[in-house]
Amino acid sequence: MNTILDLHDVSKIYKSGDRTLKVLDSISFSIDTGSTVSIVGPSGSGKTTLLGLCAGLDRSTNGTVELHGKRLNGLNEDQLAAVRNQYVGFIFQNFQLLPTLTALENVMVPMELRGEKNIKSRALDLLDKVGLAERGHHYPTQLSGGEQQRVSLARAFSNQPQILFADEPTGNLDAETSEKVVKLLFDLNREAGTTLVVVTHDLELAAKTQRIIRIKGGKIVEAS
Amino acid sequence: MAWRDSRRNRARLALFISSIILGIAALVAIYSLGDNLRDNIDNQAATLIGADLSIYSGKKIEGKAMAFVDSLGKMRSEERAFASMVYFNKGGGSRLTQVKALAGDFPYYGKLETIPVSAEQTFRNRQEAVVDQTLMLQYRAQVGDSIRIGEVTFAIAGILEKAPGATGITASVAPVVYIPMRFLDQTGLMQKGSRVGYRYYFKYPAKTDVEKMVKTLEPKFEKYDLDYNTVQSQKEDTGRSFRDLTRFLSLVGFVALLLGCIGVASAIHIYVREKLNSIAILRCLGVKASQAFLIYLIQIAGIGLIGTVLGTLLGTVIQQFLPVVLQDLLPFDLTTDISWSAIGQGLAIGVLISILFALPPLVSIRKVSPLNVLRSASDASHPERDAVSWALYGLIVLFIFGFSFLQMQTWIQALVFTGSILASFLILFGIASLLMWLVRRFFPTSWSYLWRQGLANLYRPNNQTTILIVSVGLGTSLICTLFFIQTILLTRVKLSSSGNQPNMVLFDIQNHQREGVLAIAKAQNVPINQSVPIVNMRLEEVNGKAAADFEGDTTAEQSRRIFGREYRVTFRDSTTSSEKITKGKWQGKHNPSAEMIPISVEQGFAERSRLELGDTLVFNVQGTIMPTTISSFREVNWSEVRTNFLVVFPTGVLEEAPQFHAMLTHVPNPAVSARFQQALVRQYPNISIIDLALVLRVLDDIFNKIGFVIRFMAGFSILTGLIVLIASVMISKYQRIQESVLLRTLGASRKQIFVITSLEYFFLGALAAFTGILIAVIGSFCLAKFNFESEFNPELWPIALIFLFVSLLTVIIGLLNSRGILSRPPLEVLRQDV
Repeated sequence: MNTILDLHDVSKIYKSGDRTLKVLDSISFSIDTGSTVSIVGPSGSGKTTLLGLCAGLDRSTNGTVELHGKRLNGLNEDQLAAVRNQYVGFIFQNFQLLPTLTALENVMVPMELRGEKNIKSRALDLLDKVGLAERGHHYPTQLSGGEQQRVSLARAFSNQPQILFADEPTGNLDAETSEKVVKLLFDLNREAGTTLVVVTHDLELAAKTQRIIRIKGGKIVEAS
Repeated sequence: MAWRDSRRNRARLALFISSIILGIAALVAIYSLGDNLRDNIDNQAATLIGADLSIYSGKKIEGKAMAFVDSLGKMRSEERAFASMVYFNKGGGSRLTQVKALAGDFPYYGKLETIPVSAEQTFRNRQEAVVDQTLMLQYRAQVGDSIRIGEVTFAIAGILEKAPGATGITASVAPVVYIPMRFLDQTGLMQKGSRVGYRYYFKYPAKTDVEKMVKTLEPKFEKYDLDYNTVQSQKEDTGRSFRDLTRFLSLVGFVALLLGCIGVASAIHIYVREKLNSIAILRCLGVKASQAFLIYLIQIAGIGLIGTVLGTLLGTVIQQFLPVVLQDLLPFDLTTDISWSAIGQGLAIGVLISILFALPPLVSIRKVSPLNVLRSASDASHPERDAVSWALYGLIVLFIFGFSFLQMQTWIQALVFTGSILASFLILFGIASLLMWLVRRFFPTSWSYLWRQGLANLYRPNNQTTILIVSVGLGTSLICTLFFIQTILLTRVKLSSSGNQPNMVLFDIQNHQREGVLAIAKAQNVPINQSVPIVNMRLEEVNGKAAADFEGDTTAEQSRRIFGREYRVTFRDSTTSSEKITKGKWQGKHNPSAEMIPISVEQGFAERSRLELGDTLVFNVQGTIMPTTISSFREVNWSEVRTNFLVVFPTGVLEEAPQFHAMLTHVPNPAVSARFQQALVRQYPNISIIDLALVLRVLDDIFNKIGFVIRFMAGFSILTGLIVLIASVMISKYQRIQESVLLRTLGASRKQIFVITSLEYFFLGALAAFTGILIAVIGSFCLAKFNFESEFNPELWPIALIFLFVSLLTVIIGLLNSRGILSRPPLEVLRQDV
């Protein structure tokens, strides 16, 4: 099986005045294309930082990150943005929808940025899949938390990503809504054959993935 | 609590303070200037006329009138003023000047400031003159050189720097030359028909109540047709004209303050919206609605006070510099002192206005429910306006009205000002709403994504379209209107002197000099466009009543006044291109057998003098009585450079009467102008020449000086508009950063973000500039049509320049605010926001 994400000896150190804070310490692992992986650990263990490095949202202090065969370390911000637009989808704990765009427009944004044509029908299809075809003209503030996260799901799949990163996707949702969103996430993922990386401290959610990477204090303590 | 709560937002609040600072600074500076002007006028009033009493007449004072003047006091000076060409012997230049022949020790208060100082005394006893400094500079003359006035040559004793009551501006319009009275007759300029002003100055012992004395003598002044001026009346006149100026300026300052208030109100609105969660938490913890309201009211009052104090300080500093600009316009020395009353007013208005404008958004705090903690804050982001809010809006309008009434002292003007401000706001608000609607309705779906995103931000939730269009638009329209008015006034003058239109007027040409002048013009290749005979006459009777019959008849005020003046009348058989008969019938030729001579009267003059068609007027032409009847009224276009007349006689009456001529010419350039003037003055020193090019230059200078003061004050509005712009951009900064970072996360390139941000701010700036300019154009068009009765053809390039400037400035401020986002890793910013 091909590797889509490969981390080798990755560290992240933050400097604040004279003090240095090592958030990630010599992390190495790789993820196979089409697999589902969860990264779990207590608060402050470095989960989100790790996700940011994997997705090209931040740069590591040491080590190399390779995404879809591309080494991210040497790329500038614009090149990183192009990689994200081409291969990566995101889901955030607090949905991160553009407040000034309607649900439909939010789903269309990644395709618009790629300069694709005739995207409205595809965006509507995706909204339909997440059960929000009728709410396309609503702004985020007019949607409930669960609905916003479903729009976010539709958006994540809109550019047909190779890999999807989800940061605590159910962190802001109630149990019932969480269940629906998680089901939707895995269904869509299966359908599209996308690699899924979920950062969570919800062990029930983590158990749904094929593989679990546990980190604590910036180090991998267990990788199944 | 109020202090603790403001901790995180103090830097942002500081920006909002700046809008208050500028508005108050403008107001305090103008108030202080007004106070200083008043104090200075009070202190220097006596030097404004240079005597305790001055008597003036436009005709020679003789007989009983002279006896009356003689009876007014022993310590007196006499002055005769008239316009004449002054010829500089050394350089050969000549210019029309105001010649003042002086006898006596005038001025009794203040002095003629001359270089050397002694010249002020020495010229009075010798064949010498003191010459205004603008003339000396223009002709590079020096003390000791000589000038010729009429037939007499005077040595220049000194340079006149300042005379009582004269300003730098009046000196450059009509520069003055003082000569001793005893040489006046020798100049040969006191011929019949010469227009001379006769003035007597009196000085009285310190304890004399001049006002009271003048009051009792009033009927005699009336009877002998004498104008008078006392220190008190001069003080009132001068005070009045400068009060008008400071009132106007304080209104301009007030507009700046109002703009600042819009900034404050919108800032508080957003601030409160951001604080809804904190307020809800406080409410959960047991804080009462009124306490929550008070916490924020105290914050705003504190901010308002800080802004006001700083503004007051700035205003006090600025007013120290205003005299530098204004001095040329003032007939007295302007000294600046700290005006505590101006500071007090500034402080009171600043605090009042900042609280008043912050209250409408603040009152919504009372409605914040503790439930907001549990629900999304956005649910309550648009609290409904209740009766209290509407009452506050009413209070704001009332405050604007009250303030303008205090400035203008008349209900009508205050109403018009308040109405105009409200109308401007409503127009700007309406246009902003209309444009948002239009953009949404006719959204260009085929445009590229970046353009659509930039354009769509104009009407999307939390847009800044209305606030930016109102604030930047109002500032732009204010500046544009001032610019347009200046252009209207200047083009009016320029139009009349452009192309082959006459640009030089020669007058006081005696009958026997006419051929000679024409010969000189021919030799110099200067065309004479028009030559008009002028006959001086006085009015003796109107409809059988003489001036004396109107005495005591207070209802016939205008009719009595028409007797006092001398009429300069021409005669011809047809109307000119600048005239139109509005009533009656033009009669170009007099039938000798007819009893009455048919004359034509200028319509405005006829209305002012309550004259009707068919009225009989009896004129006295140097002893010859001429009975006339008004056969027509004419409308005269005075802005055209022609010799225009109030009264026109038909041909066949005045041909043999003593007359002089006025001629209009067009000189192609200053060199020809100088040569022609020299030749004329050398041969005919009595002829006066008005060079319109020179008049234009002087006018330009005056407009620039006054314009600078007005632009300086309007600049405050623009600055405040900019601060409101920066504040508005900052308010949305966090939202825009979040958006940009998200777009970055989703794969947008730096260029794409840059283009979206630039386009959004360009659309905003362009919309604001366009609306502002539109209002200015409409306003200026109305002013031109109804006030100046002139055409309004605004030039395109300054408008385009202002449009581009405002638009680009908005883009630059917008981009500066979002700088940094483009280079920082998205995760860093996402986390901060999250």
